[in-house]
Amino acid sequence: MPEIRVTPLGAGQDVGRSCILVSIAGKNVMLDCGMHMGFNDDRRFPDFSYITQNGRLTDFLDCVIISHFHLDHCGALPYFSEMVGYDGPIYMTHPTQAICPILLEDYRKIAVDKKGEANFFTSQMIKDCMKKVVAVHLHQTVQVDDELEIKAYYAGHVLGAAMFQIKVGSESVVYTGDYNMTPDRHLGAAWIDKCRPNLLITESTYATTIRDSKRCRERDFLKKVHETVERGGKVLIPVFALGRAQELCILLETFWERMNLKVPIYFSTGLTEKANHYYKLFIPWTNQKIRKTFVQRNMFEFKHIKAFDRAFADNPGPMVVFATPGMLHAGQSLQIFRKWAGNEKNMVIMPGYCVQGTVGHKILSGQRKLEMEGRQVLEVKMQVEYMSFSAHADAKGIMQLVGQAEPESVLLVHGEAKKMEFLKQKIEQELRVSCYMPANGETVTLPTSLSIPVGISLGLLKREMAQGLLPEAKKPRLLHGTLIMKDSNFRLVSSEQALKELGLAEHQLRFTCRVHLHDTRKEQETALRVYSHLKSILKDHYVQHLPDGSVTVESILIQATAPSEDPGTKVLLVSWTYQDEELGSFLTSLLKKGLPQAPS
Amino acid sequence: MAAHLKKRVYEEFTKVVQQQQEEIATKKLRLTKPSKSAALHIDLCKATSPADALQYLLQFARKPVEAESVEGVVRILLEHYYKENDPSVRLKIASLLGLLSKTTGFSPDCIMDDAINILQNEKSHQVLAQLLDTLLAIGTKLPENQAIQMRLVDVACKHLTDTSHGVRNKCLQLLGNLGSLEKSVTKDAEGLATRDVQKIIGDYFSDQDPRVRTAAIKAMLQLHERGLKLHQTIYNQACKLLSDDYEQVRSAAVQLIWVVSQLYPESIVPIPSSNEEIRLVDDAFGKICHMVSDGSWVVRVQAAKLLGSMEQVSSHFLEQTLDKKLMSDLRRKRTAHERAKELYSSGEFSSGRKWGDDAPKEEVDTGAVNLIESGACGAFVHGLEDEMYEVRIAAVEALCMLAQSSPSFAEKCLDFLVDMFNDEIEEVRLQSIHTMRKISNNITLREDQLDTVLAVLEDSSRDIREALHELLCCTNVSTKEGIHLALVELLKNLTKYPTDRDSIWKCLKFLGSRHPTLVLPLVPELLSTHPFFDTAEPDMDDPAYIAVLVLIFNAAKTCPTMPALFSDHTFRHYAYLRDSLSHLVPALRLPGRKLVSSAVSPSIISQEDPSQQFLQQSLERVYSLQHLDPQGAQELLEFTIRDLQRLGELQSELAGVADFSATYLRCQLLLIKALQEKLWNVAAPLYLKQSDLASAAAKQIMEETYKMEFMYSGVENKQVVIIHHMRLQAKALQLIVTARTTRGLDPLFGMCEKFLQEVDFFQRYFITDLPHLQDSFVDKLLDLMPRLMTSKPAEVVKILQTMLRQSAFLHLPLPEQIHKASATIIEPAGESDNPLRFTSGLVVALDVDATLEHVQDPQNTVKVQVLYPDGQAQMIHPKPADFRNPGPGRHRLITQVYLSHTAWTGIALDCHSYQMLSHVR
Repeated sequence: MPEIRVTPLGAGQDVGRSCILVSIAGKNVMLDCGMHMGFNDDRRFPDFSYITQNGRLTDFLDCVIISHFHLDHCGALPYFSEMVGYDGPIYMTHPTQAICPILLEDYRKIAVDKKGEANFFTSQMIKDCMKKVVAVHLHQTVQVDDELEIKAYYAGHVLGAAMFQIKVGSESVVYTGDYNMTPDRHLGAAWIDKCRPNLLITESTYATTIRDSKRCRERDFLKKVHETVERGGKVLIPVFALGRAQELCILLETFWERMNLKVPIYFSTGLTEKANHYYKLFIPWTNQKIRKTFVQRNMFEFKHIKAFDRAFADNPGPMVVFATPGMLHAGQSLQIFRKWAGNEKNMVIMPGYCVQGTVGHKILSGQRKLEMEGRQVLEVKMQVEYMSFSAHADAKGIMQLVGQAEPESVLLVHGEAKKMEFLKQKIEQELRVSCYMPANGETVTLPTSLSIPVGISLGLLKREMAQGLLPEAKKPRLLHGTLIMKDSNFRLVSSEQALKELGLAEHQLRFTCRVHLHDTRKEQETALRVYSHLKSILKDHYVQHLPDGSVTVESILIQATAPSEDPGTKVLLVSWTYQDEELGSFLTSLLKKGLPQAPS
Repeated sequence: MAAHLKKRVYEEFTKVVQQQQEEIATKKLRLTKPSKSAALHIDLCKATSPADALQYLLQFARKPVEAESVEGVVRILLEHYYKENDPSVRLKIASLLGLLSKTTGFSPDCIMDDAINILQNEKSHQVLAQLLDTLLAIGTKLPENQAIQMRLVDVACKHLTDTSHGVRNKCLQLLGNLGSLEKSVTKDAEGLATRDVQKIIGDYFSDQDPRVRTAAIKAMLQLHERGLKLHQTIYNQACKLLSDDYEQVRSAAVQLIWVVSQLYPESIVPIPSSNEEIRLVDDAFGKICHMVSDGSWVVRVQAAKLLGSMEQVSSHFLEQTLDKKLMSDLRRKRTAHERAKELYSSGEFSSGRKWGDDAPKEEVDTGAVNLIESGACGAFVHGLEDEMYEVRIAAVEALCMLAQSSPSFAEKCLDFLVDMFNDEIEEVRLQSIHTMRKISNNITLREDQLDTVLAVLEDSSRDIREALHELLCCTNVSTKEGIHLALVELLKNLTKYPTDRDSIWKCLKFLGSRHPTLVLPLVPELLSTHPFFDTAEPDMDDPAYIAVLVLIFNAAKTCPTMPALFSDHTFRHYAYLRDSLSHLVPALRLPGRKLVSSAVSPSIISQEDPSQQFLQQSLERVYSLQHLDPQGAQELLEFTIRDLQRLGELQSELAGVADFSATYLRCQLLLIKALQEKLWNVAAPLYLKQSDLASAAAKQIMEETYKMEFMYSGVENKQVVIIHHMRLQAKALQLIVTARTTRGLDPLFGMCEKFLQEVDFFQRYFITDLPHLQDSFVDKLLDLMPRLMTSKPAEVVKILQTMLRQSAFLHLPLPEQIHKASATIIEPAGESDNPLRFTSGLVVALDVDATLEHVQDPQNTVKVQVLYPDGQAQMIHPKPADFRNPGPGRHRLITQVYLSHTAWTGIALDCHSYQMLSHVR
């Protein structure tokens, strides 16, 4: 019995270090290769020794697929390919391929240079790793080998995020990665066709949330920024360099454009400039508005947003500054925050989640006096706002995607166990689809029904189709033909062709049956009565009265003879071939019931 | 209407041409008739290869064929069809047959037999499909002939089992277009078994080919369009199709469901997996709502559009579409809208200061949460934040339509509409502003909503701002703070974009007159008066100050206590503004000495009814004209015209009618005057010079009648007849005058003939209306027509002259809705101090901004004329996209005109004249 086996090495009932092993029809595929933000020890990377104890990974894995460039989906890649050792192909989309090394390098710098870790992957390793990458386009079917093929769908989570369909023969699995079902200012919504996979592996970050319309949040955000700037205050928006930052930039840029505002907007330099460059290049991956207008003007060519210089922070007058990092725990954003915190006209807007212990978390929970290093106490007088811009599908969105793809079963990853439980129940209840939620290291085995393709000759197909009177697309239909099994492939051909191919002579099988009828008239008249009787009943068939006194129904022959011994009865001889068995037996039973009394 | 008339004018022409040909060139026609088919025949015989033949056919198809020669051509084609072996040539012949059978004046029943005949022997699927198409063309050409239709339906049913999807498609299309509507008729048609067309089509809902499924649904819709009542059983079939794999099937199925839901809104359907039952329209509504989150945007657009027209749906379902049932971590959460509302009602202003502001409240029962089957739940929330702007626009439109029919829904959807003001695509923003304007009767804006709405005033797009001004004109504001806020924002807008001046003033005019009580407490602050001190007199030319005054004066109109708060200079300013901006400042009943300034207006501004009555009466009086002596008639006409003009000025609603009738009366007056001339009594050779007046009158009448015909929207056929009649009289007058002034007969001959032709033409064209023209000029003329045809010009003139004098004055029936088309150029303003300079030979762009009132189909009829100082004129056709439609009957033209001129000597270019030509004849 064929089966699909799925083992999450990370992201099973958990968020972080996504890594899922899938075995499908003898092929092994690894989906994502991420790191965990919460750990600094060995647990930050998935346990690759699980895959194979002694053999080389390359021999065991057919390919690796990376869904998007977030570190919890690709952070372990250099470690996996260079330090553990993997030389097979790594598939990802073009934008992911472009942006991924920047983030990996950044991650490496923080780990090695700032935290001083040893035994970490090097810049060269990142480069070597990226050499193994094969980039794919949206909706492009890539043949990994003769049997295994993969195809990318738009996921809308970040630039270049994709969902992947993995297909071997008739079995297929879809892995969503992270996706977003509601479009935002720079990306469209995830979309998949009705590919009906055997298994859909979906993220479930917001399994228990149904979100409000995005428009309210956007409006609030713009209004707050606008009001502060009009009052002459400064706005600080701490962001991470990629993803949300670009969305907010576009939001502010278009607003500035629309409202004809002149207040400067700055973006702290570094990483972002490089990334912005890629955003400009990958226009086909953005949303409708940007795609339609980029010929006149590329939306990422910001008119109002300029690079930030450290000296600008002390400039008088209103301004808006995007600064990294997003949680105000270090770097430029914290420096600016310290400068501006004392003025109540200013405002800081936190566009995302803050981990406990960071300055961001403290001010969000209402703390107004912060203890900084060196025993300084910073009094926060500026306004603090929180605004959640998150690009994951909510419960409704997940259900919508499952509904679109129509899988046979669903497997949940990338979410908290308790929340998954709820969604699992809902999926089983409302979509009537079996649902799984394995923990890390736990294997789910999914039996699949084996389907064997059989070729049918066109002539036979057309002939059989012409016979059917009414179209019934979905109903199974009886078909006469011969199945030929030769060299492990199957063909269905018409019997004549089969005979010809096999060089066999055709034998005819004919059934003959006698029916006794009480009829005192002559044979001729009996035949005529039979003819008119059958003609009246079998309207759909071709009934004929031949000149020699016999009656034919299609190819069935009926002859009336008078036995010598009894003139009161007539014997009807009914003869049909094997092919007409159905009609023949129907006719005999009909004739056995006798003829209707003729009006004499 | 204007376009329609234009077409008719053209039709007239073509008719005339044909007539002439028939009379004069009959021989020629006879010659060409056989030669056309013969030429084709020769061509086709010459053709050596199928490709050649195809080329000949293609060439042939480019030329039109006259109705008389169609039959011959068809015969030739059929002949070749039988001989032809190449399917592509047969296909082309089949398509030509279809094309030819559509020729007007040709009855295609003769080729039907042949077509059916060749259909039976045809093997190629493509040719079969094309032949069926031809049959469809034939069938639609003969809608009355039941027997033929029956036969065609039979043929279609026979071919439904064809293996090719193309053939099945065409069969279904044929069934949809020709399938019999009443069963009773079919029975007597030669004992053919009655076919239930719906059943046959319905069977193909489950065809294996998606294209055939789509065609089946379309055929069903076609049946519905033709007036056949669809069975309710189709509903279930259609619902199954909603989960089809192919988007075109789903899109058509959505339409079908909508149709059924409109047919049987009140019947009850069971909900699967429960014992409950609901109304069909509600069920259908839920299903269509579900399709708003379909995978294909085409389907989403379709679904969103159709939602708007389902007005019978229960309010309970309707309101669900705006509720997404938010939750966070399994706890119920309030939407931002709800929070805003609460904050507002609790008196707080700011929102979202705290992180936990949107913290979820109570726990949700996990069993009760329904993630999919909630039907209508949040359909509009999804639709409004869809990825494709097409879907968003459709959703906004649907929202508008539903809100117009349900005030409670309007109140609820307000928040969502306001949110759409921030959409990234301007079209969507504009659409949502327009929508809001349309439903503004049903709603009152809360202050926080107003705040968001007003924020859009800073938009850099002029369209958006003006749409918003229009919206503010008709919104209801609940508090005086709201009014103040609106005023402040509008003034801000004014300083930022001074070009919006007119629009803002107009907006404030309505804002003031709608909320007099709310403006009242604001007056001292707005006018910055002080109880003890005199304040400085503001600058009278400041647009902002004028804006404030417009608001206050309009409010004061219905609030008599307000003038008491004015200071002296306000009254002076009032007098000034009342004169200079009379369309913005109403007449006020001011105490004491100020009454003088407004003495004219209040007494005259009466209600609509009396003025309507007045109009009717004065017109009726005029029609007794016949019995008066010429002098009296002239006077009466003059008075009435004056009255009507005055009435038109005072009552804008009646301006169209008044103008229209006044113009007509003026024509009559001119005619009477011309006939009163002394010249008629003088012997012919004596007054050569004096006939100026009469001929000028004739000319003017002609001009006026053209104006009447084309410058008004809403002119109906009955009026057109009268107008044409008047023109005919003018032509007669012209003829008489020329006859008397010219010597020699030669030119007169031509004129006479032309006139008689004109009469003939009038008779043919308005043949149905002739009975209404009893006793009129034309009536008498037609009686004498045989005589006129044979008489000499001099005699004709004599007869005409007497007839003109004797003919009765025709009563002009007033149309229901008539408006004078007009155009006002706002920019460039008339006497600009800055002449436009440009280098000769180079191009300069000039912004033109104009409003067009009651112009039909302006995209095609309006042109801009530029007159250069040297008298040269240039016509420019603006792009269709330059016309905007801010309200019913109104259009706005904002375009750029490119000026260029070669150098000329003389004075520099310092004046431009622009003219809107509303009709291009």
